[in-house]
Amino acid sequence: MTITPAPAPGKVPKRRRALNGEGFMQALPWLAPAIVLILVVVVFPAGYMIFNSLRKISQSGLDKGWAVPGKKDPDWGIFSNFAHIFSDPNLPRILWNSLVWVVVVVAFTVLISLVLAQFLSKPFPGRRIVRMAVVIPWAASVVMTTTVFYYSLDPNYGPFNLLLERLGLVGSEGIGFTKDPALALGAAMVVAVFVSLPFTIYTLLAGVQSVPADTIEAAKMDGAGKLRTYFSVVLPQLRGSLAVAVLINIINVFNNLPILKVMTGDLPGYESDTLMTYIFKVMQDDQRIDWASALSVLNFAIVAVIVLIYVRIVKPLKEV
Amino acid sequence: MAFLTVEDQATKGRVIGRMVIGLIIALVFLIPYVVMFLGSVKTKEEILSYDSQFLPRDGWQWQNYTEMWSTPETPLPFNMISTIVISVAATLLVLLVAMPAAYYTARFRFPGRMAFMALVILTQMLQPAILATGLFKQMLFFGITDTWLAMILINAAFNLAFATWMMHSFFAAVPKEVDEAAQLDGAGKFRTLFKVNLPLVWPGIVTAVIFTFVSAWNEFAASLVILSTAENQPLSVALTKFIGQYATSWQFVFAVSIVSIIPVVILFFFIEKRLIGGLTAGSVK
Repeated sequence: MTITPAPAPGKVPKRRRALNGEGFMQALPWLAPAIVLILVVVVFPAGYMIFNSLRKISQSGLDKGWAVPGKKDPDWGIFSNFAHIFSDPNLPRILWNSLVWVVVVVAFTVLISLVLAQFLSKPFPGRRIVRMAVVIPWAASVVMTTTVFYYSLDPNYGPFNLLLERLGLVGSEGIGFTKDPALALGAAMVVAVFVSLPFTIYTLLAGVQSVPADTIEAAKMDGAGKLRTYFSVVLPQLRGSLAVAVLINIINVFNNLPILKVMTGDLPGYESDTLMTYIFKVMQDDQRIDWASALSVLNFAIVAVIVLIYVRIVKPLKEV
Repeated sequence: MAFLTVEDQATKGRVIGRMVIGLIIALVFLIPYVVMFLGSVKTKEEILSYDSQFLPRDGWQWQNYTEMWSTPETPLPFNMISTIVISVAATLLVLLVAMPAAYYTARFRFPGRMAFMALVILTQMLQPAILATGLFKQMLFFGITDTWLAMILINAAFNLAFATWMMHSFFAAVPKEVDEAAQLDGAGKFRTLFKVNLPLVWPGIVTAVIFTFVSAWNEFAASLVILSTAENQPLSVALTKFIGQYATSWQFVFAVSIVSIIPVVILFFFIEKRLIGGLTAGSVK
């Protein structure tokens, strides 16, 4: 995949040897370590994954040549692993779960973050302490944060159920948030929103703080109310950081493993799996690297589309 | 405060209102970690009992923090060492690799610069989990599966993009004249970077370094598939060993979590102020 930045209209074509007259060979020693690391640990495994998705690999990890059609699968030649995953009866459910998971988590994360970022941009004593509290889930390991939620929601001994009980909302039997696939998926969404909030709040806070105060003043002079000012002056100027926040969150949430692994990993079946947790189940429980690779390629293709949209909208290369 | 005007009163009321809302927000973000801490000082029986309380009922079990190091579930001292070695080495590697690239791309225009930055952005969008199957087979192929080296390389590679991007924006903020003056004095590029630029941008470099370190410290997905020997696994993976189908040793899960979380949260506090600047400069993971 190539990413070509859109040239700004009316810009003169770039000079090949600009300002300092540096050539590529002079630059190479400075960039080579980074290029080598990316090629070896990112590009190579990506290629190797695509290659593996076209091979037949035994459960012990032995490569047995190009993929051949399975007994029950349609004949797709060397694309047989793809034939297998696309005829997998679990796949529609898993893709649907992934979509719901991403849409719900990202939507709630961004909406809550918009409100909190606006609030945290206002001056008040103790603001720095509040901002620090907000940043904690970002620094803390997602696995660890998720386990405490999982424990809290236990119907028998979880403190959250204890709280509901004390408030008289449920009986002593509690609610099995983590025992029922639908409830567990919902609880996992809450955790995902919780751990996504800090990054999103800070990104939007960066945007809010860069909105020039005089544009807000001007809107006030024109007699615009608070809400009106927000929607017609502040929000449009947040477009850039909003786009970054939304797209990075989509990628992070779509590829999240630990939250669902902890919250729903012990539940039988695939009712609450997303594509990422399913890939890890196929890879670790079924030990089928070939099928897992085909699923990963599908996952990779989806991520590539999201990245392409990101590059189109945000134009990250415009000002480097 | 008899001299306050009506307007001052209103402002004062608003500030107090903000403080109350701020306190509530802070509590919401802190409560899970308070629950975590309280769980870490209870006995296993108390945590799993049907009439457990919010606060430790049978006394505060500080010995959980010493007993967790020798349990049958996981060799925790080794897990701690693995976590430290992997994240320190990965961070140093990122610093070594990202800094020259960030400096050069911020200072000079050359053919291939855009292609390099595009490669960096593409990498930034990827995570070890996306390439887990490929990484797993690759490390088998190289014969370094289940080693620290594999995880050091993976953590370094996947954090490289963000670090490069962030350092790039800090170097780019240094006026060109600073470099030109140094070069007129006969300093080479290396000297210009270390003697002239670094003293100016070190807060930015520290931010990128801490960010990389915390991210490597918390890495989970790749460690889960690459590291199969219990001794090699980092804390994030080791912790899951305490979670059993029937009886989880929650007190150890939480004691390990607290020990693992506190140092990185403190590190993050140091860069909290600069996060906003870093995020304005570019996109972040």
